[in-house]
Amino acid sequence: MSKAHNPLTDGASFSPHGIYRDEDTIDALPCDSVLTSLTSLGTTEHDRRTFLKLASVPCLTACVGSSVGAWPSLALGAGPVPAEDSRFIAEAQFYEKLAYKKTRCKLCPRECVIDDRERGYCGVRENRGGSYYTLVHSRVCAAHIDPIEKKPFFHFYPGTLAFSVATAGCNVNCKFCQNWDISQSRPEQVRSTYLPPKDLANLAQQNRCPSIAYTYSEPVVFYEYMRDAAEAGHALGIKSVVVTGGYIQQDPLKKLCQGVDAIKVDLKAFSEKYYKEVVNGELKPVLEALVTMRNLGMWSEIVYLVVPTLNDTDAEFRALAQWVKSNLGAEVPVHFSRFHPQYLLKNLPPTPLETLERAKAIADAEGLHYVYLGNIPGHPAESTYCPKCRRIVIGRIGLTVKEMHLRKGKCEYCQQTIAGVWQ
Amino acid sequence: MNQRPEPNRREFLTACAASAMLAGGSYGFPAFFSAREKTKVVNARDPLLRGAGSSLDSGRLLKMLDRSVQVLYATDSPLEAWQKVVRPGEVVGLKVNGLAGKGISTSVLLVQILCARLQDAGIPQKDIVIWDRLNADLESAGFRIATHQDRMRCFGNDTLGYEEELATYGSVGSCLSKTLTRVCDAVINLPVLKDHGIAGVTMALKNMFGAIHNPNKYHLNVGDPYIADVNMLPRIRQKVRLHICDATTAQYEGGPSYMPQWTWPYNGLLVSRDPVALDYTGWQILEQKRAEKGMKSLRTLGRAPDYIATAADPNHRLGTNDPSQIELAEV
Repeated sequence: MSKAHNPLTDGASFSPHGIYRDEDTIDALPCDSVLTSLTSLGTTEHDRRTFLKLASVPCLTACVGSSVGAWPSLALGAGPVPAEDSRFIAEAQFYEKLAYKKTRCKLCPRECVIDDRERGYCGVRENRGGSYYTLVHSRVCAAHIDPIEKKPFFHFYPGTLAFSVATAGCNVNCKFCQNWDISQSRPEQVRSTYLPPKDLANLAQQNRCPSIAYTYSEPVVFYEYMRDAAEAGHALGIKSVVVTGGYIQQDPLKKLCQGVDAIKVDLKAFSEKYYKEVVNGELKPVLEALVTMRNLGMWSEIVYLVVPTLNDTDAEFRALAQWVKSNLGAEVPVHFSRFHPQYLLKNLPPTPLETLERAKAIADAEGLHYVYLGNIPGHPAESTYCPKCRRIVIGRIGLTVKEMHLRKGKCEYCQQTIAGVWQ
Repeated sequence: MNQRPEPNRREFLTACAASAMLAGGSYGFPAFFSAREKTKVVNARDPLLRGAGSSLDSGRLLKMLDRSVQVLYATDSPLEAWQKVVRPGEVVGLKVNGLAGKGISTSVLLVQILCARLQDAGIPQKDIVIWDRLNADLESAGFRIATHQDRMRCFGNDTLGYEEELATYGSVGSCLSKTLTRVCDAVINLPVLKDHGIAGVTMALKNMFGAIHNPNKYHLNVGDPYIADVNMLPRIRQKVRLHICDATTAQYEGGPSYMPQWTWPYNGLLVSRDPVALDYTGWQILEQKRAEKGMKSLRTLGRAPDYIATAADPNHRLGTNDPSQIELAEV
């Protein structure tokens, strides 16, 4: 056997961190650079994925760039940042300790049972010696200032901006995910920066955003950060809105509802089959979560991404509308949104406009008051109509509010109350 | 996911082509296994592997490895066998499993011995790369991280990261480790023989989860069909040449973490070019031990590793799980 240098046998020097060094890679996010990069991004049209990448990378490149390229012979492009940084790690709020150092996560209905040094399905929570930790507290991988209509919230502070953030990770794996490169990654696999709750709230305030949105990936998996950030935001008078798949257990949901101001739920279909085969989740807990939100008085809106051939039948649209009306009420906005081929569903075409219009017609006929069509800029169904006089009370083109005819939450033409949270 | 999505035609043809490229030569992973072709699994054991103490005897381990590859490749010398696995000029990756620390990971000694044999076969140190998912896993298993390109290297996927593009097959969409895609020309897979609380067992097929960025997504349904699908990804099929399962110590319950109360000194190696046959054989060994200990079978517990059968099905043909088609050579 050779006696030359051998990582197996001798103690020759090497970097314990490989080619990366902690001090090279993580730093606080400077407000000015965020503001500059975010502002510049608002002027060009991009698809959603490009938009997110552009939104996150300029903010973060300065923090991680120096480590990329240290490997001499490979053109690596974007490299990972070190996994270990204690600022990102906090004990999870919902889990059980089990025998043999195992843990059971109690945050989402999946209830992953995790061995020591293993992670849950979400990829961002880890068992360390029998205790369970989130690895994404304050670990922001995407940050941008969006119109709140982009979330979409159409009945919550319309025409305002939302300071929007995400961490890596997701507790489902939708085959159509637009942001799979962050949602289906582990935190150490994406560029991130440290943005603690107070700094996030300050950034929102400095950028004149009345709300913080937890979005892009799945905020349930960065639950602890979201709650802390919402509390920091409220101290400055800033609201918090959540964009989620709603796959969460009841206890954490109820506590979350005490601290945030609105929740948009992606109701991905109205069948368990679809949830199992396309989402890798379950429908029932999502429906239960929606009912709980309603019972707790949380302002909620629903998005239904219509995927050709998979969740686009009249019967499914009708069942959905009937369920919403009888369990949540006719005044909950429902957005039927257009699918574009992405991720693992590139073999399907974009949703035909007539399919979306059919969905809206069915939901309208079932008596829902606010039914919208999404991802179709310029369509009349982007605007809000008074359910009584049928005149436009909020006119929109794309994500921009063009006209408002509301006074104290009522239609200015007929005084009909319009459900929502208005300024 | 209950209903398994079938691979689309393009994915299946791509995987076929990847294997067909390798079908004609001695090197590389076998092409799609034929139902009529027997596949060999060597189960090498040495009751004196540990001598009087608990540590492995390097000389006996070397002999066991030599015997294994000679039997597998039907050669008169280990050098001849290794020359059928790798050739000079190739960068050879050794995919170890270091998740559970020193107690039940690929043994450093086995890797040392293997590296020596690779050098004998003309692979210089600089063309040997020991890798796993994380630097921390490697270190906890007793390896030292080394990244100098003129020496033997040892590092986790967190050093180079993952490709940005998705590799897909069937139910799986993953970004592959750059260590696999950009550094290694050939891979020798070095799993361990152990129980897995979710996937039933973890050996050759499951060890390839260390080559993808999102293994946490693929433990549903006892890993079926995900584990089989990951092994169908063309870069994995093209590069993995040989599987050497470290069964010097084995664990029949409580995995993947190290649980000393459920380990025993099996004092063996399982060696095959067929990961399915190897996993099937290893599974039976674990089941036999569980039965000896009065424990329920994995099937009874709802975690039978059916992904092994899936890996053998007509959509995968990664090997055979049919005992009548497995030639088990006990040496």
